[in-house]
Amino acid sequence: MNAADGARNGHAGARNGRFRPASGHPPSGSAVCHGAYRGGASAFTEGNAGHREGYPPQYGLVYSAAMVVLIIMFLSVATVLCCAVLFWKRSSRHVGAPPPRATYEVLHTASQAVSVLRDGLTAAAAVKAAPSLRHLLGTPVVAIADRDGVLACHGSDQHAEALARHLRGVATTGRAQLLSAADLGCGHGGDCLVRAGVAVPIAVDGAVIGALAALGPSADAALMRTATEVARFVSTHLALAELDASRTRTVQAQLNFLRAQISPHFVYNALTAIESFVRSDPERARDLLVGFAEFIRWSFREHSQYATLAEELRFVDTYLELERARFGDRLAVSLRVAPEVLSVRVPSLVLQPLVENAVRHGLERLTGTARLQISAEDGGHEAVVTVEDHGIGVDPGHLADVLAGRAGGQSVGLRNVDERLRATFGNDHGLTIETGIGAGTKVTMRLPKFAPAVSGS
Amino acid sequence: MPDAAVGAIAFVTLLTIMVGARGIRVARTPDDFMVAARQVAPALNAAAISGEYLSAASFLGIAGLVVAQGLGALWYSVGYTAGYLVLLLLVAAPLRRFGAYTIPDFAVGRLGSRGLRLTATALVLVIGWFYLLPQMKGAGITLQWVLGTPYWVGVATLGTVVSCNIAMGGMKGITFVQCFQYWLKLCAIGIPALVLLIAAGHGSSPNLTPDRAPVFTRATVVDLPQATGFTLTRATQATVTGLVDQRAYRDQAVRLCACQHVAGAGTRIGFAAGAPVPVSLAMEPSSGESWDSPLLASGTGGAHPLAATYGVIIATFFGAIGLPHILVRFYTNPDGEAARRTTLIVVLLLSSFYLFPTVLAVLTRSHAPQLYLSTDSDSIVLALPALLLPGLPGELLAALVAAGAFAAFLSTSSGLLVSVAGALSHDFLRRGVTTFRWCAIAAGAIATVAALLIDRFSLALLVGWAFAIAASSFCPLMVLGIWWPRLTRAGATAGIAIGGGSCVAAIVSTMLGAATRGWGAVLLGQPAIWTVPLAFGVMIAVSLLTQRTVPANVAQVMLRMHLPEALSRQAYRTVSQASWLGPDQRPPGP
Repeated sequence: MNAADGARNGHAGARNGRFRPASGHPPSGSAVCHGAYRGGASAFTEGNAGHREGYPPQYGLVYSAAMVVLIIMFLSVATVLCCAVLFWKRSSRHVGAPPPRATYEVLHTASQAVSVLRDGLTAAAAVKAAPSLRHLLGTPVVAIADRDGVLACHGSDQHAEALARHLRGVATTGRAQLLSAADLGCGHGGDCLVRAGVAVPIAVDGAVIGALAALGPSADAALMRTATEVARFVSTHLALAELDASRTRTVQAQLNFLRAQISPHFVYNALTAIESFVRSDPERARDLLVGFAEFIRWSFREHSQYATLAEELRFVDTYLELERARFGDRLAVSLRVAPEVLSVRVPSLVLQPLVENAVRHGLERLTGTARLQISAEDGGHEAVVTVEDHGIGVDPGHLADVLAGRAGGQSVGLRNVDERLRATFGNDHGLTIETGIGAGTKVTMRLPKFAPAVSGS
Repeated sequence: MPDAAVGAIAFVTLLTIMVGARGIRVARTPDDFMVAARQVAPALNAAAISGEYLSAASFLGIAGLVVAQGLGALWYSVGYTAGYLVLLLLVAAPLRRFGAYTIPDFAVGRLGSRGLRLTATALVLVIGWFYLLPQMKGAGITLQWVLGTPYWVGVATLGTVVSCNIAMGGMKGITFVQCFQYWLKLCAIGIPALVLLIAAGHGSSPNLTPDRAPVFTRATVVDLPQATGFTLTRATQATVTGLVDQRAYRDQAVRLCACQHVAGAGTRIGFAAGAPVPVSLAMEPSSGESWDSPLLASGTGGAHPLAATYGVIIATFFGAIGLPHILVRFYTNPDGEAARRTTLIVVLLLSSFYLFPTVLAVLTRSHAPQLYLSTDSDSIVLALPALLLPGLPGELLAALVAAGAFAAFLSTSSGLLVSVAGALSHDFLRRGVTTFRWCAIAAGAIATVAALLIDRFSLALLVGWAFAIAASSFCPLMVLGIWWPRLTRAGATAGIAIGGGSCVAAIVSTMLGAATRGWGAVLLGQPAIWTVPLAFGVMIAVSLLTQRTVPANVAQVMLRMHLPEALSRQAYRTVSQASWLGPDQRPPGP
């Protein structure tokens, strides 16, 4: 339509020959003048075609336009298909020939079987793993047991009682066993599918925690060897599960440690401050006691691994309330918060240790007004949280020792926060600290607003 | 006259920058502390979303388009609002529970693939830039109208102000800025509309009769500051001073035939009462039916208005889901329920805003039909107050409108530029704050240059195109990603690429003038009518073909999105077990 406009303008201009618009006019005006400058025959023909009054049904044009749409659709589909085919070719090159494909399939089945065991050897996990393990071993029946009894039996439940007895035996002794028809109590002769089998132990860190049985019409040394390897593979993954669990326990332990960090020093100071108000300002003293109780309750509460920044700030507030009682007017705190970042999820108890650190090491020994600034700003994909004190500062060299864990004692909180931030968000999201002796200290955290690991839980 | 408007624009710009830099809650006393650390209330957040959303198209474009094309153009305002209903119904709460911050984040969190992330990021850039263009154009014509500067001056001014402000770390607390901008815009369009309505008085106007071309209701002298081509529906007598059709007149009576004419710059034409209103050739042509027809034919040269209308409806209803700068705002809500409430308030706020462009458009047609001779339909709102209310009150109202319009460009383009620069620096370059700044400048520069080339298209049409691209790429991703557990990354990538790609291709070919008539013009000018179903179809078909690659944790992710917050914490442990089910044993959905 706009091309038609231009052409029509061109038509009008050209017909009148000498039309020249004034300079410095706007876009639409310039559309007029383009037509006028070009003038010539093409403008005329376009102009004639472009008259708007009641288009005659020009089916040729309709079809050509429909063709354009079709071509666009076709081209974009073709492009995507080409990309997909190229990508598929590239990724399938490795599994193209039959032997590698067999390797791939075995590994795929195996990883499917064991991935469910990452939560440990439980009944639910065993039930899910059994079908894949049966596929892997190629026997009609597979059973998994722990030291207390059979967890899952896939394929058939014939001879369940005898099987359970033998599995328990293997899980206790840790010795692999070849099971004959007599062992299984099979009296059906040739009709029975399950006449023989092997039972092998599953061990983690040298301790037998369960057993795996593969049963079929016959059993030989080859089946025994395969079953042993499969059991070892399962063991490795159970060991990894154990590692996962211990890592979670470590994080929890770190949190507990931090919680237990409320120093006797702080409790003493807080109580003394409250005591000083009991006579002069009982109302204030009461408020402070409530605040103190709140602080203690929050600190000892069972923390989940993550909290929102808003919760963290609230906790900092209860803490500062108590410190204010001690510092009196000497402590000037200012808070700058962009509301966009309040719902960002962070590892819990990351902010209060930083504030406490600033108060204890930066401001406590200061004689004048102690100024503390906390800010949380929106930085695109990250929330930028800073805790800045105008206190006595630290020697950067000493601080590096603290963060590297070379200096024992005092600033455990700082190092703990740094480590947990790195563990959660990756190595480039640790604390940034700017300081110098007598220059105050500024601690900066950059917290990603969306980290799949954090918002997932 | 420009002094008031220039002052108002400068004031709004400075105020925006200042609120942006200081738009953070500052607490010094213990009592302030709790207030500062409190979440944003839904009402505040809703005003912020509306403030960011109401762009040049809403402020200038819709009224201009209604004047030029008829009431059918109101589908744009209906669609811009109704898009939030779709968002409320399908996306708002689950997305907030999911916690994803941008659409690429959502794609990765839900389907986990780097290829998909890059595709999604590329489309964020395309949509962002497409949406930035009309803002730049709006600034260009506003400054042109206020100061008489060339078009590029306004474009460059807005580009520079916004990118520098973002690059220098302004806009720290963008929620407060956008909230302030909403109320500013509402006042800047609401007060003039009401005052002019009162000034216009009551009584009927022949121009509001359906099926009639507009006429001058009283003797009117029209000044044409620049060369204008116009067309007349029937022959009439006029008094001309200046150049018409290359002949110079000096206060002479001329008979103008029912055909096209060209008037030179500085020409003055006097029409008698009852004379037909000449319509500028630069106006979007109407669909050919009566002014009150409920159909529109924007961008399609007047062909097949019904199909074009459905194109606009589909694009705007489903496009709001996929706008990169809107989803970011939902993150400010503390939980899913607050997200729903916010969306509801947004619908109310937008609806009340959109009353006023309609009022202004009807006033233009009934009382100031000489604006049909404007060289750009988008400047009608700016010119109207001075025509209806001569003297100082009109000037002040015009200044208010200009300031509101500039606020609209500022707020929307700030939000967009933050999204675009964030996508560039975070997803493509994977760098930090310094890169973000350079990206903001680069993205602003690209948009500025591109805006110099698109001045021919109406604002509402340009914004509608950005919606069309969003609707045919991200809408299927969000809707299927949230509600359909069987979506795969291959399906999502193919759907985004084919839907978005063909929509962009269609729009670019319209811009280049590929088809100007018939079905071609409709299918290329309003592509959403076929690209949205295409994107959904491709996404579903390819997903069904690649069912083996459904992510293993789909049940867990689905539950997290759809379970109310109070329950989700308890349920989490149970679900983490269920998510290990293999593809053939998965339960049939959430």
